[in-house]
Amino acid sequence: MIWNKSKECMSRDEMMDLQGKRLHKLVELVYHHVPFYRDKLQAMDITPEDIRTIEDIAKLPFTTKQDLRDNYPLGLQAAAQSEIVRIHASSGTTGNPTIVGYTARDIEIWKEVAARCLTAYGVTRNDIFSVGYGYGLFTGGLGVHNGVEYVGASVVPTSTGNTEKHLRLLRDLKITGIACTPSYALYLAEAMDKAGITKDDIHLRIGAFGAEPWTENMRKEIEERLGLQAYNIYGLSEIMGPGVSYECECKDGSHICEDHFYPEIINPDTLEPLGRGQTGELVFTTLTKTGMPLLRYRTKDLTSLMEGDCPCGRTSVRMTRIIGRSDDMLIIRGINVFPSQVESVILDMPEFEPRYMLVVDRVNNLDTLQVQVEVRKDYFSDEIGAMLQLKKKLADRLKSILSISADVRLMEPNSIPRSEGKSVRIVDKRQLL
Amino acid sequence: MIIKQISIFLENRKGRINEVTKVLADNGINMEAFCIAETSDFGLMRLIVPDVDRTVSVLREAGFAVILTDVVSLTCRNVAGSLASVLEILAERGIFIEYMYAFSRRETADVIIKPDNLDDCEKVIVELGLDNQGV
Repeated sequence: MIWNKSKECMSRDEMMDLQGKRLHKLVELVYHHVPFYRDKLQAMDITPEDIRTIEDIAKLPFTTKQDLRDNYPLGLQAAAQSEIVRIHASSGTTGNPTIVGYTARDIEIWKEVAARCLTAYGVTRNDIFSVGYGYGLFTGGLGVHNGVEYVGASVVPTSTGNTEKHLRLLRDLKITGIACTPSYALYLAEAMDKAGITKDDIHLRIGAFGAEPWTENMRKEIEERLGLQAYNIYGLSEIMGPGVSYECECKDGSHICEDHFYPEIINPDTLEPLGRGQTGELVFTTLTKTGMPLLRYRTKDLTSLMEGDCPCGRTSVRMTRIIGRSDDMLIIRGINVFPSQVESVILDMPEFEPRYMLVVDRVNNLDTLQVQVEVRKDYFSDEIGAMLQLKKKLADRLKSILSISADVRLMEPNSIPRSEGKSVRIVDKRQLL
Repeated sequence: MIIKQISIFLENRKGRINEVTKVLADNGINMEAFCIAETSDFGLMRLIVPDVDRTVSVLREAGFAVILTDVVSLTCRNVAGSLASVLEILAERGIFIEYMYAFSRRETADVIIKPDNLDDCEKVIVELGLDNQGV
C-alpha cells in the first residue's frame, strides 16, 4: 500500500523540479533567519538567487554535528520561539546535546512521512500498534506514535523498560504491529521463551525496526521468532526523527522521503559528491523544515544510494543498509576498523548471541583488539576442543574481514550488557598522548 | 555404568568457581567428584552430583551455562596397577578416551571416563566386573 502516491511515485523530472523550488525557498529562509548560515553564504558570495535548481545544492556549505554543538542550544533555529511547538534533544555522550525545535508544520510533515513508512509496511486503521521506542527527548517514541495515530491504527505507547508488561499487552490486546530497536525485538523473543509464550500466542504481523544497525540474518531471526514481517525504519533527530526513509514490501533498500529530505553521498575525506551505487557519507538537506532547517547535514552514516526502480511502484530513491559510521571508525595498527564489520560477522554466525563488546588497548606499543562474544546455549560444548574450534572459527572470519587479528573471548551467557536503545559496544583503553 | 555429568562453562576470573560452589552450598548439594579443564580465557568445570536434575535447574536459575554429558563411571581397587589394567583393555578394544578423572576412597577408587564410544566402554566395564551402579 502507498500512503501518498502523488509524492512517493512522482516522476523524476517533477521531483527534481519540486526539490529545486523547495531548495530555493529553504536557502531564502536560512539566509534571512539564521545568522550562522547567512555568514557562511555571504563568505562564499552566495545569495538565495543563486540557488534555483536542485543541482545548485553543490554550491552550498555543509553543516556538521559540531556546528550544532557550537550553536547550542538554539542558535540554528530559523523560527521564532513562539512558532516552536515541540523540542527534542539527542543524547550528548560527547559535549552538548543536540536540541531540535519543531514548528507545527514540521510536526505535520513528520506525521506524514511516518504514515508513509507505516503504510508501506502494511499498517492500516485495523491494526493495534505498540511503540516500544523510548518516549521523551528521544524522537523514536513520539515520532512513530504520531504516525500510527495519523494512519488511524490504535497506538499503544508501551515505551521501553517493562518487558513483562509489554509481553502481556502483546498477547492480551492481540497487538498486530510493533516498533522498537532490532536488539530489543530479540530481547522480547528471549523473554517470550522464558515466559513460555510462543509466537502462536501473540498476533504480531508487522515490525518496524531501526535506531541501530542490523543485518539480514537478524531480520530472519526476528521474523522467525516473533512471527512477523520485519522492516527497516531510518531517521535521525537532527533531520526529523523516524520516517526519513523506510523499506517497502520488497525489503530491498529504504525509500527516502526525498520531497522533504534531499539525500547526497559524499566522500567523508574530500567532501566530493559520489555517484549512485558508491558508498560514502550520507548527507541530508531538510527541504521543507521551518523550525531548525539544515543545509547539507553530514549524518556520519555510511551507505549508498541505489540505482534503478523499485518493483513496488515508488519512484523515490532508496538507500542501502547503513554499513557503519564515519566517526566510530577505529584505527587499530593503522587499519580502519568499523564496529559494524565485526557486528556483521557475529550476526551471521548462529553460534553467538547478537551482542558483542570490543575492547581496544595498547600493550607494549602494539594495538590489541579483543572481541567479547556470548555463545548461544545450544552451542556450548563439554569439549574444550570444540569450544576452541568455535573461537577459532570466529577469529578466522574476523581476520578475513578486518585484515587484522582479533583476540576472541568467549563469555558466559548474559555477561555482556544488553540495551533497549543505542548501546555502547566499544571500550578504547588506549592512552594516547 | 553410564551416568550424567554436569559441565559448566566459566570465564577465567577471580571468584567464579566460588560462585558455583556457593550456589550448590545454598541448595544443600554435595559434589561427589569434580574436575576443571582450563584454557587461557575460559574453563569447564565438570561435576558429578547425586541429584542431576535439581542441580541443573539451580545452576541454570543462577545464570550458568550448563551442559549435560554422558560419561562412564567405574570403581576399581585402590592399588597400583588396577587402572593400568583397565585402560589397557579399553585400548585393545579401540576405545578412545577424550578425558578422565578419578578420586580414591581408601580401599577403592572411582573413575569417570568420557570415551568416544559410550556403549562399548560400558560393556567392557561390566565384563571386568567394575560396574559400580553409579557413584
